[in-house]
Amino acid sequence: MNRTTRLVLFLLGAGVFAVVFVVAAFGLPDFGAAVHTYRDASVPAALDRATPNVVSALVFDQRGIDTLGEVTIVFGSVLGAATLLRLAQDERTGPDADEPTPLPVARLFGFVLLPVALVLGVNVVVHGHLTPGGGFQGGVVLATGLHLLYVAGSYRALRRVRPLSWYHYAEAAGTGAYVLVGCAGLVAGQRFLANFLPLGETGALFSSGTVAVLSVAVGLEVAGGVVILLAQFLQQAISVSTERTPS
Amino acid sequence: MPELLVYVTLVLVAVGATMVVRTREPSAQAVVLGGYGLLLSLLFVLLQAPDVALSQIAVGTAVVPLMVLLTVRAIARHRRQR
Repeated sequence: MNRTTRLVLFLLGAGVFAVVFVVAAFGLPDFGAAVHTYRDASVPAALDRATPNVVSALVFDQRGIDTLGEVTIVFGSVLGAATLLRLAQDERTGPDADEPTPLPVARLFGFVLLPVALVLGVNVVVHGHLTPGGGFQGGVVLATGLHLLYVAGSYRALRRVRPLSWYHYAEAAGTGAYVLVGCAGLVAGQRFLANFLPLGETGALFSSGTVAVLSVAVGLEVAGGVVILLAQFLQQAISVSTERTPS
Repeated sequence: MPELLVYVTLVLVAVGATMVVRTREPSAQAVVLGGYGLLLSLLFVLLQAPDVALSQIAVGTAVVPLMVLLTVRAIARHRRQR
């Protein structure tokens, strides 16, 4: 396909998309309008299940199966990236590359923020049903927060607190727990991923039935997955060397 | 005037996105992308979507630039060894 054909094809596609998109956007309900059918259906349903964070109620309860799909996508992506970045036949892990000592300011900043980031991550995960955030957001905060140890300290320090197998187990356990909670809904005599647990009192830590449980499961999976992902990138950037092939 | 604030942020997001595209050097682009992610999450907060804003900050401002920077470093390292 030559350049002109590509350009014509692109312009055709872009043109049609632009027209359809603008037409569709004008058909949307006004921003912040008083009448909103979907909101009127989903907000009462969320409050009915003692879940003040309506987004979490949507994600883990009303659309629990969609989230199972997303959980699988994260699992598969991490697996794929780890497979692509594993040591190739001509690669060896050697001594770590020499690293300049971090600036004192970066060290101070990192070590002060490390515990803050970890506590914040756990907080976002376990309060997913009450306040903005949830398993995914909290999991990413936890995983990236852990890497402050690399920014402030060294790769060696990071590796010592990060036995990678734990994170493999965490990712698998989180994904498995999501499916198990789904199946438990069937065992309880309802549908797959039904919110079958006692709902508790709105606003309490232990409330909202399966929403909080699934949020923690996703948090475990995402935190483990992102750590594994970043570990592969770090290994390639710091300690992998290619063997010279004799010529 | 909350709507004015939304419009101003929309313009900032458009300017930021253009800057990301116009930055050609990958490691510099990763940093610009992180800044753009912050603008985008500000827009999400103004549009009352704090959950999306949190995801945007975590993924767009932390994980993605970090992966790009590590990739740039790994490529430089492997080139040196050749």
